[in-house]
Amino acid sequence: MATQHSRSAARIMMAPAVILLLGWMLVPLTMTLWFSFRKYLPLRGGDLGWVGFDNYVRFVSSSAFWPSVQTTLIIVGSVLVITIVFGVLLGLLLDQPMWGQGVVRILVIAPFFVMPTVSALVWKNIFMDPVNGLFAHLWKFFGATPIEWLSQASVQSIVLIVSWQWLPFATLILLTAVQSLDREQLEASEMDGAKPLQRFFYIILPHLGRAITIVVLIQTIFLLAIFAEIFVTTGGAFGTKTLSYLIFQRVLESQNIGLGSAGGIYAVILANIIAIFLMRIVGKNLDA
Amino acid sequence: MARSVTTNRKIINTTAAWVIGLLIFFPILWTILTSFKTEAQAINDPPLFLFFDWTLENYAVVQERSNYGRFLWNSIFIAGGSTILGVMIAIPAAWSMAFVPSRRTKDILLWMLSTKMLPAVGVLYPIYLIFIKLGLLDSILGLTIIIMLINLPIIVWMLYTYFREIPGEILEAARMDGASLKSEILYVLTPMAVPGIASTLLLNFILAWNEAFWTLNLTAAKAAPLTAFIASYSSPEGLFYAKLSAASTMAIAPILILGWFSQKQLVRGLTFGAVK
Repeated sequence: MATQHSRSAARIMMAPAVILLLGWMLVPLTMTLWFSFRKYLPLRGGDLGWVGFDNYVRFVSSSAFWPSVQTTLIIVGSVLVITIVFGVLLGLLLDQPMWGQGVVRILVIAPFFVMPTVSALVWKNIFMDPVNGLFAHLWKFFGATPIEWLSQASVQSIVLIVSWQWLPFATLILLTAVQSLDREQLEASEMDGAKPLQRFFYIILPHLGRAITIVVLIQTIFLLAIFAEIFVTTGGAFGTKTLSYLIFQRVLESQNIGLGSAGGIYAVILANIIAIFLMRIVGKNLDA
Repeated sequence: MARSVTTNRKIINTTAAWVIGLLIFFPILWTILTSFKTEAQAINDPPLFLFFDWTLENYAVVQERSNYGRFLWNSIFIAGGSTILGVMIAIPAAWSMAFVPSRRTKDILLWMLSTKMLPAVGVLYPIYLIFIKLGLLDSILGLTIIIMLINLPIIVWMLYTYFREIPGEILEAARMDGASLKSEILYVLTPMAVPGIASTLLLNFILAWNEAFWTLNLTAAKAAPLTAFIASYSSPEGLFYAKLSAASTMAIAPILILGWFSQKQLVRGLTFGAVK
């Protein structure tokens, strides 16, 4: 029963949030778009004028570009696979009857609340340090030579750190999905003689499908943007430069704003492609 | 129809879950333990688990040497300020979308969500420039605004999903009884919305506290919150594991505790209501 009066009131109430977000989206993005077409070197001559699509071409043809795309794909892909496989297993396990379920849940979720700079530094120093790190002690204990994690296995190390941070998120969402599973259907299939693996692949996994898709999409958006984990561990060295880290370096470290902005526009386009899929799912849920 | 579970099965479940849970929690536990060691004990070979001389020395040193208190206050101001500001802006918006939906409500909601997907690095330099022009670089106010803006879509969404669950009939009944829009919001809606608002505040405080892109790039000495303070430990000199651990423990402890209260809201908030 929305009257004309309440409609205009609604519009006014929405205005601050809409205007702020519109400004937040349009102003910097327009500036980035503008810079991306200019040769702009603040420390070496400033704004040197219009260069058309030059920055876009140079960004993708630089020798750092394809390796960074590759690193991004490896990190995002590996973290997704690890968090979802273990997230499903952990979700199923935590759904089982046990003692101290609440406490275990708390333990599993904890890493999500650790700020990225802390988890990166703790892993880097206390665990992965080749001399004093806990892993080095463990390796020595078994008579092996300690690994220099962040230089010899740098990408894997970052994947480990980031997976540790995001596993709780995947687990929590998948556990919520597992809990909404139709118990009677599961029991009926059990009575009909379905084996555990069959039940998993024909009933549980299809039921989790939507939750898994959501985890994939949301994590992808966040994982494409991981920053602190690289910033404080390798600083982008040893092949850990992701696309967004490369853009960061172009902009802040080499102060090549035009080039970095062109990269930024690529990143925006990439994020939007993923966002469209996420919107579809979330949007469908709104109708229901 | 309860599932009958043998005690045996329950023991296996319990053991497996606890082992995995402790394994996942171990890095945090180890950090907390290390914070109570001396620097020499912290790098002892073999590592010392529980039997060492517990000391609070590192906490004192971190406080003293690095002015830890100021970073803590910066974090509290930025996270608290951005959350409260965001919620104040989002409540009217979410309220109107939940109770006076129009054809465009869904599009507006999705569009808001899409602003959350904007890669920060893509707009880093413009924001940097704007901040320099406005004198907001390395200021608490500037960071508060940025973090409010990046979390605003989540705040609106969370509030919207909570408000939508409030039955509209109650509002209509209040309206029939002659309640004005103001008293409708104040006396009918607010009491029912408080739990949702509280969860929203909680989750967004956590997200703001842990934000580590803008806080690292837009602050220097003055407005740096704990994320940036911890990052300054990345190029240390000499022995520092115990001190790093003490600083880390202090930075994450409040949020760990708050976070455990927000478990349930976490799912709803971070999936934009798509998984409940």
